[in-house]
Amino acid sequence: MTASPAPGRTALIEAEHLSKSFPAADGSVLHVLDDVTLTLHEGEVVALLGKSGSGKSTLLRTLAGLIAPSSGEVRYRGAPLNGANPGAAMVFQSFALMPWLTVQDNVELGLRAAGVPDKQRRQRALDAIDQIGLDGFETAYPRELSGGMRQRVGFARALVLQPDVLMMDEPFSALDVLTSENLRGELISLWARPDFPTKSICIVTHNIEEAVLLADRVLVLGSGPGHIKAEVPILLPRPRDRRSPTFDAAVDRLYAILTGRDERSAAERAAVPGPLTHPLPDASVGGLAGLVEIVYAHHGQADLPDLADELSFHVDDLLPLVDAARMLGLLDIDGAQAFLTDTGRAWYTADIQRSKEVFATLAVEHAPLVATIVTALENSDGGALRDDFFRDLLRRGYNADDTEKQLDIAIDWGRYGELFDYDANTGELVLSEIAAALSAMLISRDTDNDGGQAP
Amino acid sequence: MATPRPFTSQGSSLRARSHIAADAVVLLGVAVLFWLVIQLSHGITAPFDQVTAPSTVSTDPANLPYYAARSLLRMFAALAVSVLFTFVYATAAARSRRAEKVLLPTLDVLQAVPVLGFLSITLSVWLLLFPGTALGVEFASIFAIFTSQVWNMTFAFYQSLITQPRDLDEAARLLRLTKWQRFWKLDVPYGTIPLVWNGMMSFGGGWFFLIASEVISVNNRVYALPGIGSYVAAASQNEEIGRLLLAIGVMIVMVIGVNFLFWRPLTAWAERFRTGDTVTVEQQRSIMLDLLRRSVIPAVIARVLRPVGVGLERITRPLGRSDRPLRVNPTRRRIGDIVFTVIVCALIGLGLVRMLGYISDNVGLDQFAVAAGLGLATFARVLVLLIAGTLIWVPIGVWIGLSPKVTRFAQPVVQVLASFPANFLFPFVTLLLIQTGVSLNIGGIFLMALGAQWYILFNVIAGAAAIPNDLREAAINLRLGRYHTWRYLYGPAIFASWVTGGITAAGGAWNASIVAEVVSYGDQTLTATGLGAYIASSTADGEFAKTLVGVTVMSLFVVGLNRLFWRPLYGFAERRLSLT
Repeated sequence: MTASPAPGRTALIEAEHLSKSFPAADGSVLHVLDDVTLTLHEGEVVALLGKSGSGKSTLLRTLAGLIAPSSGEVRYRGAPLNGANPGAAMVFQSFALMPWLTVQDNVELGLRAAGVPDKQRRQRALDAIDQIGLDGFETAYPRELSGGMRQRVGFARALVLQPDVLMMDEPFSALDVLTSENLRGELISLWARPDFPTKSICIVTHNIEEAVLLADRVLVLGSGPGHIKAEVPILLPRPRDRRSPTFDAAVDRLYAILTGRDERSAAERAAVPGPLTHPLPDASVGGLAGLVEIVYAHHGQADLPDLADELSFHVDDLLPLVDAARMLGLLDIDGAQAFLTDTGRAWYTADIQRSKEVFATLAVEHAPLVATIVTALENSDGGALRDDFFRDLLRRGYNADDTEKQLDIAIDWGRYGELFDYDANTGELVLSEIAAALSAMLISRDTDNDGGQAP
Repeated sequence: MATPRPFTSQGSSLRARSHIAADAVVLLGVAVLFWLVIQLSHGITAPFDQVTAPSTVSTDPANLPYYAARSLLRMFAALAVSVLFTFVYATAAARSRRAEKVLLPTLDVLQAVPVLGFLSITLSVWLLLFPGTALGVEFASIFAIFTSQVWNMTFAFYQSLITQPRDLDEAARLLRLTKWQRFWKLDVPYGTIPLVWNGMMSFGGGWFFLIASEVISVNNRVYALPGIGSYVAAASQNEEIGRLLLAIGVMIVMVIGVNFLFWRPLTAWAERFRTGDTVTVEQQRSIMLDLLRRSVIPAVIARVLRPVGVGLERITRPLGRSDRPLRVNPTRRRIGDIVFTVIVCALIGLGLVRMLGYISDNVGLDQFAVAAGLGLATFARVLVLLIAGTLIWVPIGVWIGLSPKVTRFAQPVVQVLASFPANFLFPFVTLLLIQTGVSLNIGGIFLMALGAQWYILFNVIAGAAAIPNDLREAAINLRLGRYHTWRYLYGPAIFASWVTGGITAAGGAWNASIVAEVVSYGDQTLTATGLGAYIASSTADGEFAKTLVGVTVMSLFVVGLNRLFWRPLYGFAERRLSLT
């Protein structure tokens, strides 16, 4: 999908057909971005919204000229990039301040690099520090400051350069709720000032409300590999009111897009679900139980954005759980609403042994990797196989990290459902029945021996 | 309580990232390099006799302060050179893909080459470079200390360069810092803590080589530099026990003094370069640093130097920005790689043929077998040392480490012991061996252990002190007996520390063998059968081909053992026995 150009506006950064893949350690290729085309224009705030793994940070870094795309091109004011984007300054999630430099020196660093003379440099830095509300802290070191103050330094360091484009990589997600709200507000009022030198802002976020609050245009990224799933203009008047029904409507719409089926990915997926096409969401059984419990307590129906808000979770934290619950048939999802299914109710209300049995059935039926492992073990001699066998299998579809992750999740689920055991020392997966029979035999032999030695 | 750090100058051998094939190629390359060095200094006999350096020094105690100062100067000169070398070498390895391929395995191998082997090989070149003066011997001594310190520091700095937080790297690039600015604003500050700590450890190990390199016997001549090491050698020659003891006293004062006046303030100062939010509970404190902070002198010096810094920043601007181009031509890169590899391999191959020719012309290739046989004898000594050291020091180390009170008192003592050059004690042990008639073949183990064993103790203390209290409480609560507590708690918990200590001790022992397998007191000289004695005597006799063979074989032993024994053990410890 192509982000539509707005006529009559100067394009600052143009990205055409960006794809990015990394070679994985085992020689396979990991696709992060696939054919992304977008343009940042003068006078707009664009939000890149996506779940983790949608490549949104990679996309931002490609626009900043920090990462080379595997194919495609990024242009700044018409000139193709071959290095850090000269018109961009970045605000980092982790602040990325030099811990050994004072606030003043940190803010001056970019000017020093540009060769700005001493006196002028100091003055401009002081002005920026002033503007962002840091005066009095010039000689402090970053570690003496709170997170919010540190991010102010991050903003000052970026803004002092008067960049054409201000890039922000989840700038508020490391801060507490109040602080981030406060900083967002200040950013909005800076942006509204007529003398604000920066011409465009591009913010990466996984926080839907933040996107709606700040952006003129939201690009929703889908994952596997990252691509632009939807482009949503936000036409609300500024300043925006979180409590207005139009605001809510925008949030709900984005939520539905974010959690909704992805036609493009779906088309790529095989007809029969398998461990390579349907990865297990990164959710523990305990987390799943928690989510189901909460939905149960909400009388079997919950609004997911509200739920995330209530738990002060980010979408990112909640989505893998939601995906897993949906995969196992514990919850039904409709738009931004979650409904507890009968199976989910049965699982939650059963006693421990029974709930394990229910979970085992669900996992074998709906979790492709768990099913594959169980089938393979049943068909093997003695019901035991090395984990490397499955690792090799998974490597065909995942990079090394994800292979381990998938295997870990499957083992966690399988162990809970008492489907199979895993011995970390030998790396062996054993069907639970067989393991149980074996240990029963060992115990009985031990007791025999004890009996024999008894006087 | 702050967790004590591991004490090792061999940490990098455990975490090397090169392949065994690369190691093999580089090992050959280093051997070829040594051969080249020997070739360069072939016309050696003529200037040799004109060197004015005396073969012994006076043992008048009045000279001792001056000698000590000269020794100290050598140590700091070597440290300064090490830092410079580290900056250049580590930066080249971290920033250039191609250079990394060569520099990294080279570092790995160089670290395994016995320091005194370096000295034996390069000695003649130093003498040749500065004919007619004692300066050559002086440089040789500094070079020996340098080689004992530098690899470890370089590795630490390289490691810090490639593990820089990604966001700081990105910030530096987006802020468009110049290469020079980036080096001083990001690279050096980020690497300061590992560099300072490794420098301190290496400096401690350097004393040993200072002492060993102040009296050099090469090509049937003995050269002595004014220094505390040559003072000890002379006192031992003259059988003056009282003066030996005096020198030991001065040495202890020097080790502690340098620690107090230099390393302690430096480590405390380096704390400002710590990244992350964590303010360590137990701050490194230093009275010396507090004093400096209160005085105006540093500020004055900073003001004077400021224009220099500004000037350098301007001059280095043409070096370019610290950014890398996004687009590379893969074909050109590939061709470049191939050409590079072919040239490197061809040079090594050519050198190898010539070197083997040189050896076979001079002493015969069968010397490799002789050296390997002797190497086994020395290896047996190292092995006995490790086993005995483990049996004695592991229980003691655990006992110390588990009690914070004892640790606080014992750790600085052990650190001084580990820094204290064991070769100071050699005359006493030699005297004992002569009087009891024990063969140096056995006694040599003890001599080697004098310096090496402390690494095991120190690291085990650190490992034991790091055992979380709740695990110990759990063990008590479960009523584990002594055997089970060792089997399931102490053993696994200190294993990684023991490996670190073991590899350091083994490295130290191999090094020490060159001075421990030939010792003398008064007129009597004891010699053991071993590779160390082989290297020492061939150097003294001026048989450089044999020295080359000996050093190569010893390096082979050390690299092989690191590869086949220590690294797998360490890998196991990291994978399975990590406490985090």
